[in-house]
Amino acid sequence: MDRDKHGWKWLLSAPALLVLIAAASGPLVIVGVYSFLSPGTMGGVSWVFSTEAWLRVFMARDIFDPEVLSWNAAHLTIFWRSIWLSLQTTLICAALGFPTAWFIATRPPSSRTLWLFLITIPFWTNLLIRTFAIQELIRNSGTINSLLLWAGLIDQPIQMLFTDFAVLLGMAYVFLPLMVLPLFAAMDKLDFRLVEAGYDLYASRLQVLWHVIIPMVKPGFIAGSILVFIPAIGAYVTPRILGGGRTMMMGNLIGLQFGQGQNWPLGAALSMLLLIIVVGALVFYLRVVNREEDTRRG
Amino acid sequence: MARSFSVKRLPGFGAIALLTFAMLYLPIVILVVYSFNAGSSQSNWEGLSLRWYQAALSNEQVQEVSIRSLWLAATASGVATVLATLAALGTTRVSRFPGQTMIYALINQPLMVPEIVTGIALLIFVAFLKVNTGYAGMGYMVAAHTAFCIPFAYLPIRARLETLDSTLETAASDLYANPVQAFRHITLPLMVPGIIAGFMLGFVISLDTVVITEFVKSAGQETLPTYMLGQLRRVVTPEMNAIATLFLALSILIVTAFFLITRKRG
Repeated sequence: MDRDKHGWKWLLSAPALLVLIAAASGPLVIVGVYSFLSPGTMGGVSWVFSTEAWLRVFMARDIFDPEVLSWNAAHLTIFWRSIWLSLQTTLICAALGFPTAWFIATRPPSSRTLWLFLITIPFWTNLLIRTFAIQELIRNSGTINSLLLWAGLIDQPIQMLFTDFAVLLGMAYVFLPLMVLPLFAAMDKLDFRLVEAGYDLYASRLQVLWHVIIPMVKPGFIAGSILVFIPAIGAYVTPRILGGGRTMMMGNLIGLQFGQGQNWPLGAALSMLLLIIVVGALVFYLRVVNREEDTRRG
Repeated sequence: MARSFSVKRLPGFGAIALLTFAMLYLPIVILVVYSFNAGSSQSNWEGLSLRWYQAALSNEQVQEVSIRSLWLAATASGVATVLATLAALGTTRVSRFPGQTMIYALINQPLMVPEIVTGIALLIFVAFLKVNTGYAGMGYMVAAHTAFCIPFAYLPIRARLETLDSTLETAASDLYANPVQAFRHITLPLMVPGIIAGFMLGFVISLDTVVITEFVKSAGQETLPTYMLGQLRRVVTPEMNAIATLFLALSILIVTAFFLITRKRG
């Protein structure tokens, strides 16, 4: 192959890279810079170096004596909620996604395509519309409450919208395909002779599941978990529609600093924190994947 | 006859899977059903009617934002597809070169960074540019959407290019085709399915993008998703269901076409 003489070929990527740097990566650097500036009076920033924004991410100043610092309970609650809801979302998606992916992977090839297609459709349809569908379902005058009222099971509607539960339900609903697809990819390559060998050696279904199948599809689990966790921790639309003002997540807190809050440096610092969490999750993922590959090679 | 033992069977899994599929589609089905409701409620069925579709289609604001969304998706995805095609040609079927990882990281960066972070990053950058250049047009939105579409357009184009048989191009040059002719008559036609798939993915992604648009848009640049996001704060009528249903139908149509195009060669 005489591929080496095309050393200039990478230049073909230059236009795409320019657009990406101008409208995606470059602005991120500016966010980093802005997190070390002082807030302007009407939004924006004034070009004075300050670490105040980063301090305010975690701490609050006393109203009467600004020198007195205490933990910013409101922020910490939101961080904790974001992480906890994202972990729960990942767990729910894994619990439902595993049987679903298994079901698809064990269909005959002809119908497998159709089932796979049925998972792919929600994956590519508008997240906003799917969140709206959940909102309609769980509103006080929504489908579920109307049904329960009609059946006489409840006297007054159950408040589901604007709770943590609503956000969790919505996120699990919209991110589920992200778990199923990599799990399916792992199961599709599964060597069923190994499963058969397990049964031949008198293993029970549970033992085969635990000692043979799950270890083999582990890469799918790990990939699916990272694919669900990252958009969940950065979610904005779903908590905004289903959670309202009382159950904010980090994305909403960031958005707030550029709306009513008008504290751009704080918003920038919060964005950097979110980015650090996402990069941390990705690094953790890559390390786990590398370790898996090492053990595989023996 | 006793059921034969299947190594592929795990008890309960089929039931959970079917329930999951039902849960995945039920909310959407309910949403679609109530778009045909004669009454103005989303929980009381008052008979079949197309009145909400009439209302949606004759709503001038909906017309305006829909046209803007479609125009934006076509423009951004069109530009992104051209750029992604060039990038795929530059990074696929080449020996490893320094900076390759860097290029991959840059191309895939919009997939990793949460949309809200990209959104506020662009808000800050656009605010700065607006003050300094005075330009406040759709250019910012096109650039933002294009950058966001590039990784999605790049994926199927690159996948297609990787499966191409390079002996065909060798044969072309053996038959005295110059590199331009070989590209024009051999490589490009073979890449077309990947390019179409890339454009369609980019189109769907741009059409769906709400967070980035919400933060980048200037006055009078509302798109269909940001319009819907704003409306959802109020009590909504089935008109919203009708708009959502039409939107869904378009997405499903494009995704189905994409699925068929990428399936055939597989």
